[in-house]
Amino acid sequence: MNVVVCVKQVPDTTARKEFLPDNRINRAAVENVINPFDEYAIEEALRLKESQGGSVTILTMGPPSAEDSIRKALAMGADSGVLVTDPALEGSDAWSTALVLSRALARLDYDLVMTGMESTDARTGLVPAALAEQLKLASLTYASRVEIADGKVRVNRQIPGGYQEVEAVYPAVVSVVKGVNEPRYPSLKGIMAAKRKEIQKLGFSDLDLPADSAGKTGEKAKAVEVTPRPEKPAGEVIRPDSPEAAAGAIADFLQAHKFI
Amino acid sequence: MNVELSEDQIMIRDAVRDFARSAVQPRAAEIDRSGEFPADLVKQAASLDLLGIVIPEQYGGTGLDHVSFALFIEEIAAVSGALAVILDVHTSVGSEPILDWGTDEQKARWLPRMASGELLGAFALTEPDSGSDAASLQTAAERRGSEYVLNGTKTFITNMGEAGLYIVMARTGGPGARGISAFVVENGTEGLRFGSPMHKMGLNGSPTGEVIFEDVVVPAKHMLGPEGSGFKVAMKALDSGRIGISAQAVGLGRGALDLAVAYAQERVQFGRPIAQFEGLQFMIADMATAVDAARLMTWQAAAACDRGEDFTHLAAMAKLFSTDTAMWVTIDAVQIFGGYGYIKEFPVERFMRDAKATQIYEGTNQIQRIVIARELLRGD
Ligand SMILES: Cc1cc2nc3c(=O)[nH]c(=O)nc-3n(C[C@H](O)[C@H](O)[C@H](O)COP(=O)(O)OP(=O)(O)OC[C@H]3O[C@@H](n4cnc5c(N)ncnc54)[C@H](O)[C@@H]3O)c2cc1C
Repeated sequence: MNVVVCVKQVPDTTARKEFLPDNRINRAAVENVINPFDEYAIEEALRLKESQGGSVTILTMGPPSAEDSIRKALAMGADSGVLVTDPALEGSDAWSTALVLSRALARLDYDLVMTGMESTDARTGLVPAALAEQLKLASLTYASRVEIADGKVRVNRQIPGGYQEVEAVYPAVVSVVKGVNEPRYPSLKGIMAAKRKEIQKLGFSDLDLPADSAGKTGEKAKAVEVTPRPEKPAGEVIRPDSPEAAAGAIADFLQAHKFI
Repeated sequence: MNVELSEDQIMIRDAVRDFARSAVQPRAAEIDRSGEFPADLVKQAASLDLLGIVIPEQYGGTGLDHVSFALFIEEIAAVSGALAVILDVHTSVGSEPILDWGTDEQKARWLPRMASGELLGAFALTEPDSGSDAASLQTAAERRGSEYVLNGTKTFITNMGEAGLYIVMARTGGPGARGISAFVVENGTEGLRFGSPMHKMGLNGSPTGEVIFEDVVVPAKHMLGPEGSGFKVAMKALDSGRIGISAQAVGLGRGALDLAVAYAQERVQFGRPIAQFEGLQFMIADMATAVDAARLMTWQAAAACDRGEDFTHLAAMAKLFSTDTAMWVTIDAVQIFGGYGYIKEFPVERFMRDAKATQIYEGTNQIQRIVIARELLRGD
C-alpha cells in the first residue's frame, strides 16, 4: 500500500493573521506549521504502512520554507517527500492547487492519496474532491475510519448526525476528519533519520501545464474582501437564588433555543 | 565563538516544545493538584526517545549532546516543573553514572531498558543526617563473598517507588568520602522499601521520599566504579546533573515570564493594558534579561561538558544563577498577575512553588558557591 499524503503548510492556527493588499494571508509574518488536519492524514497513512507494508510519500505545494513541514512528516515516519515550489505557483486557488498536485502525482507510484478534510487557513475543503476529479479517481471525503480490504478502501464518511459507509476500488482519494486517530509526535530517532531521507523538488516547468493554469493568472476563485470575524457578543449572565431557579433558567434557555 | 543552535538541536527543541504544549501543558495543573505521578506522560516521553537522549545508540538511545538535553528539560519545565524533574533525574543523575563508570556488561544490562523507559532511574545520596555534607553518609554496604548487604535509609529521593533502578551511595569502608562506594540497586530486590511520598510545597506529581534498605543483597558486580570511588561517582553525576537543574530553572523562569507577558497585555486597569505602565515594562525587561543570561550559562556549561573539558565550576555557576533567577522571576510573575497570581486557578503560582526546590536540590546554592570558590582557589 503506497500512500501519498498531500500536506499543506499553514500559518499557526492560534496566531493572529495579517493580510496582504491582494487579500492573501501574509505567511512570512507568522510561524508556519503542518495543517493540523493533515497530521491526521499522515498518521493514518503511517498506520496503513505499518499494517499493510508499502511506503508513505509526502507531497506539498508551497514556498521553499514548506520543506520544514515535509521534514517534520518525515520525522514522524514518512519515507520521502516531494516539494512543488515555484514563484509561478504563488496565489494558486483550490482548483489550480488540485491541478498542480495531480500533475505531481502523475510522477509518483501510489495506491491511495490521502489529505486532511480542509486546511485551517482558507478552510474551503475543496482540494480533495477537486484532486479526485483531476485524477479521475473515486473521492471518499470526511473519513472518520479508514480500512483496506479485498482490494478496496472502505471509509466511514462523516455526515451530520451520523456516517455513511462508502467503499471504492483504489487508487482513490481519501480525506480524513479530525479525530480519526491520535497523530504521533516525531521521535528523536525519527528526527535523526529524517535528515537522511530524500525530498525531491519540482518546479512549474516539471508539471507540463499551460502557463496560465496556476498561480495568480490561473485563479478561478478570487478573494474579494477580507473581514475579521465579529467579536463574540458578551453572554447573558443569570444569577438565580436557588438550585431550583437555576435548573428552571437552564431549561428555559434550552427550550428557547430548541435544544429540548 | 558561536552561540547558535545546530539544525538538529532546533528540530529537537521544536519537537519537545510541541509535545510539551499539546500533551503536557493541559495536564500540568491537574498533576500539581492531585500529586499523582504522571505515568502516561513519562511513557509518552519515552515513545519520543527522550528517556535515552544521552544514552549511546548502541544501547538503544540517541546519543545526543548535553545542549540537546538542556533544551529538552527547558521545554518540559516551561510547562511542568514536576515532569521536568522526573525526566531530568532519570536522564542525568539516574543514568549517567552507568554511562560514565559502567562496565560493558553493566551498560548492556541496564541502559537499553533505561533508554526505552522500561526502567526509570533514581539517584540516592541524601540521608536524614547527611544532606550538604554528603560524605558523612551512613548507609552501610557490608561485603559478604560475592555480594554486598545494604542497610540504611535514604531520604528526599526523587522518583522514589516509581523508579526501577537506584544509584545508591553507601559506605563500604572507613569514614569520609573515600569510604563510599556506588551501587545499582534494582527495584523489587528483597528488603528494599519506600516511605510514603513527602508533602511538598511544589513539584507535586514527582514523588520524593525515603528509600529504605533492610538487608538488601546486591551482587558485587552491581558496584559502579572501583570500591571507594562512590563519592567521585556521585560528584561527577551531580556536575552534569546541575546542567539539567539549571535548564529546569530556565524553563520555569521562561514559562512564568511568558504567562506574565501575555497577562500584562490583556489586563486593563486605569483604562489601558497594564503592560503600558513603565513600572511593569521594566520588571518584564529585567526578567527576560535574566532568563536569557541563565540560558546562556546553561548552554555554556553543557557545551563545555560535551567538549570533554572540566566544567564543574561552569555547571555550578549556571545552577546557582539560573535557579536564583527562576526564584525571583517567578515571584515577580506572580506580582504582575496581582491578586490573581496568588490563587491556584491561575498557573503562575505553581511556577513559584516549583522554582524554590531548584535552589535546594543537587547541592544548595550555598554549596554551589563553595564548589565555585574551591575550583577558583585551587591554584592550578
Ligand atoms: C524536591 C527535592 C528532591 C530531591 N531529590 C533528591 C534526590 O533525588 N536524591 C538525593 O540524593 N537527594 C535529593 N534531594 C535532597 C537535596 O539534595 C538536599 O535536600 C540538599 O542537598 C540539602 O540537604 P539538606 O536538606 O540536608 O540541608 P542541609 O545540608 O541541612 O542544609 C541546611 C542549610 O544549611 C546550609 N549549609 C549547609 N552546609 C553549609 C556550608 N558548609 N556552608 C554554608 N551553608 C551551608 C544549606 O545551604 C541550607 O541552607 C531532594 C530535595 C528536594 C527538596
